[in-house]
Amino acid sequence: MRLEYSEEDLAFRAEVRAFLEERLPAHVSARTKAGLALEKEDYLNWQRTLQEKQWVAHAWPKEHGGSGFTPFQKHIFEEECVRAGAPELPPFGLSMLGPVLIAFGSDEQKAHYLPRILDGTDWWCQGYSEPGSGSDLASLKTKAVREGDHYIVNGQKTWTTLGQYADWIFCLVRTSSEGKPQTGISFLLIDLDTPGVEMRPIITIEGGHEVNEVFFDNVKVPAENLVGQENMGWTYAKYLLQHERVGIAGVASAKETLKKLKKLASETDDGEGGKLIDDAHFAERMANVEIDLMAMELTNLRVLAAAQAGGAPGAESSMLKIKGSVIRQELSDLMRRAVGPMALPFMPELDQMGSNEEPIGPDGAHLFAGQYFNRRKYSIYGGSNEIQRNIISKMILGL
Amino acid sequence: MDFNLSDDHRMLKDMVSRFVREQCDFDSRLKLLKADKGHDEAVWAQMAELGLVAAVLPERVGGLGGSGLDIMVVAEELGRGIVVEPFLATAVLGAGILAEEGVAGRGAELLDEVIAGGHKLALAHYETGARYNAARVDAKIEGGKLSGAKTMVLNGGDADSLIVSAKDGDKLVLALVASDAEGVSMRAFKTHDGFGAAEVSFADVAVGADDVVLAGAAAEEALGRAIARAVLALCAESLGAMENARDATLEYLRTRTQFGVPIGKFQVLQHRMVDVCLEIEQARSIVLLAASKLDAEDRDKHMSAAKAFMGKTGRMVAEEAVQMHGGIGVTWELELAHVAKRLVMIDHWFGDTDYHLKQFQKLSKAA
Repeated sequence: MRLEYSEEDLAFRAEVRAFLEERLPAHVSARTKAGLALEKEDYLNWQRTLQEKQWVAHAWPKEHGGSGFTPFQKHIFEEECVRAGAPELPPFGLSMLGPVLIAFGSDEQKAHYLPRILDGTDWWCQGYSEPGSGSDLASLKTKAVREGDHYIVNGQKTWTTLGQYADWIFCLVRTSSEGKPQTGISFLLIDLDTPGVEMRPIITIEGGHEVNEVFFDNVKVPAENLVGQENMGWTYAKYLLQHERVGIAGVASAKETLKKLKKLASETDDGEGGKLIDDAHFAERMANVEIDLMAMELTNLRVLAAAQAGGAPGAESSMLKIKGSVIRQELSDLMRRAVGPMALPFMPELDQMGSNEEPIGPDGAHLFAGQYFNRRKYSIYGGSNEIQRNIISKMILGL
Repeated sequence: MDFNLSDDHRMLKDMVSRFVREQCDFDSRLKLLKADKGHDEAVWAQMAELGLVAAVLPERVGGLGGSGLDIMVVAEELGRGIVVEPFLATAVLGAGILAEEGVAGRGAELLDEVIAGGHKLALAHYETGARYNAARVDAKIEGGKLSGAKTMVLNGGDADSLIVSAKDGDKLVLALVASDAEGVSMRAFKTHDGFGAAEVSFADVAVGADDVVLAGAAAEEALGRAIARAVLALCAESLGAMENARDATLEYLRTRTQFGVPIGKFQVLQHRMVDVCLEIEQARSIVLLAASKLDAEDRDKHMSAAKAFMGKTGRMVAEEAVQMHGGIGVTWELELAHVAKRLVMIDHWFGDTDYHLKQFQKLSKAA
C-alpha cells in the first residue's frame, strides 16, 4: 500500500499549477474565490485558454479532442483549478452531452456538435426535471410527437442551470406511454431559438439567478435531433450520470473553503479580546469538519484508485455525493457562523460586476449566509441524498 | 400546575394571529424586501392601535402587562407570519427601556407616543468587533457630546429616535438621540431574514441632561433586562416560525406525489418529520420556561438556555423542512424559504448558540 501520488502525478500537478499561474486572469480568479457569479464570456474565454492544452473535456477520448486524463489526473487538475480560483466550467456540454453523443450519437451529430461544444460555440443546458418529476424522473411528461420529419414538443422543464446563457438544451421527452415509464423516453436536442420555447428565471432562496424553467409550446424539432434510438433515452441518461462522478465529492472546493474558514477565524475578533480561532466551541466545530474532510479525501482517492484500475464507479459515487454534500454544507454553516452578526446584511447590489459600494464588515461577510442557504441545494440536486441512499441500499447492500 | 393560556392570553394570541394572517401576507413581505423602507408604516400603525406595544409594557406606564408570557404570545404569532414590523426594536427594546422605573426627561414624555405608534425606536448598542458581547461599549459621551459607532441596529433606518449606549467616564449611559440629529450618520440595509437594519455612527452629537434615559447601575440593569426581553421575543418568534415550517412541510408531504404516492408515505421522511415535531415540542417547553423566568433572579441562565436551544433547533428545523421540500424549498417564491432564513438568522441576533452555550455554562456552574 502507498498513499502518496506517483512521480508522474506530481509532475503533472506542477505543470497544471504553472499553467494556471501564467494564464488565469486575476479578476476571474478573484470573483471565483469570493464565490461570485461570472459572465458568460469569462467562462468561454477560460474554456478556450484551457483547450489550447486540450484540457477541457475530461470524459472524452483524445481523438475527439478530450484531455484523456486518468481519474487521478482529473482529480489533480480539479484540485489545482479550485486552488487557483479557476472557474468551474459548466458540465452540461462537456461532461454530460459530449460523452452521450460519443457513445450513442450519429456520425453527423458527432461531427457537428462535438467541436462546437469544445470551442464554446454552443452553450448547452439540461432539460431533465419537471415540476411533477423530480426524484421520480421517469414519470416525466414533456411530450414529443413525431409528425413527418419533425417532433412536436409540448411541456415544461425546470431547474435548468445557467439556461439563461444557453443556446441549446438536451431534453428527456416522452415519445411513448406504453409499458414501464422508463421505456417511453427519448433523448432530444433542441435549439433554444426555436419558436415556442420560453425560458423564465427561477430566483433561488438567497436571491440569485442560476436556474430557470423552460416551457415548450408546439416546438418543432427536426427528427435528426434525436440521439440514438427512439424510446432509449433513459439508458442514455443513466450512462450520462456515470460521467459526472469523479468530482462529485467536491473535496477540492471543500479544502479551499476550510483554508478560507481558518484564515477568517484567525482574523475575526471573538468579542472578548481574542480571536475566534482560539474559541474552544468554534475550534471544535472546525476540527470536526476538518477530520471528516480528511477521511473524505481518502475515501474519494480510494474510489478514484478503483476507477483507475478499470472498475466503473457505481454506487460508490452515491456515497461520495452524500458525504461530500454534507461536509460542504457544514463548511458553509461555519463560514456564516464565523462572522457572527456581520453575516446579517443582505446586499446583492455589492456582488454586481463593477460595484464599488463599500461592504459592511469583513470582506465577503455579507455573502456567507446567502451561500449557506444556496448550498442547501447540494443535498437536493442531481438525485437527492435520500435517493442516493436508496441506490446504496439497493446496489451495495442488496436490501 | 396549569399549562393553559388564560382567557386574556388566548384572546391576545387569537387577535395577533388573525391580524398577521390578514395584514402581513407573504406577497406584501416579498414586496417589502425590495422597498427602501424596512417595514410597512400602515401595518405598524394598526399594530400599535391593536395595543401590541402596550401589551409588552407594565400598567404603571399605561401598558397592559409586560410579562414574559405577554411577550411570548405576541412574538410567537409574529414569528409564525415572519412579520418584519419593528415590534422587537420599538416595543420590546425601545419602549421597554423607556418604561423602566426612574426614567425621566424626554424619554418618559415620549412613551405615550411610542405606545400609540407615532414614534419608532431602535436600540443602538452592539459595536463592530464586539461580536455578541453585550458588555462592550466604546461609544463615549464627553462634555455632552456623543461619539462612536454602532452596528446591526435592528430597524435603525426606520427609527425616529435611537436609544444609544455610551460611556460617560466609567458610567454607562442610555441616551435618546433623534435619528436626524446633527452628527448622526446612518447606513441602512436589509438583512437576509428580511428586516431593516443600519450601521450608525455619531460624531459629536449633542446629548443634554434631558436626553439621558438612564445612567450608571440603573442603565446597566435596564440594558440587561432589555436584552433578556429581546432574547425571549426572538426565541418565541423562532417557535412560531418553526411551527409554520412544520405545517408547510407536513402539507407538502401529504400532497407532493412521486412514484405514485404522496412522499409522506416514505418511512424515511416520516421519521424525519417526527424528529422535527419532537424538537418543536422541546422548543415550546424551553421558551415557556424562559418566559416564566423573565423576572426571576436566574433570568439570564434561562434566556441563554432558550437561545442556545432555539439556535440549534432552528437550524435543524429549517434544514429538514427545506430538504423535505426538495428543489422548490430553495426558491425565493416559496414562503417556507423565507421562514427557513428567519429560523437560521435569528441565531445571528443577540448572541448565537455558541455564545449562549458559553453564557449558560458560566451561569449554571453556581447551581
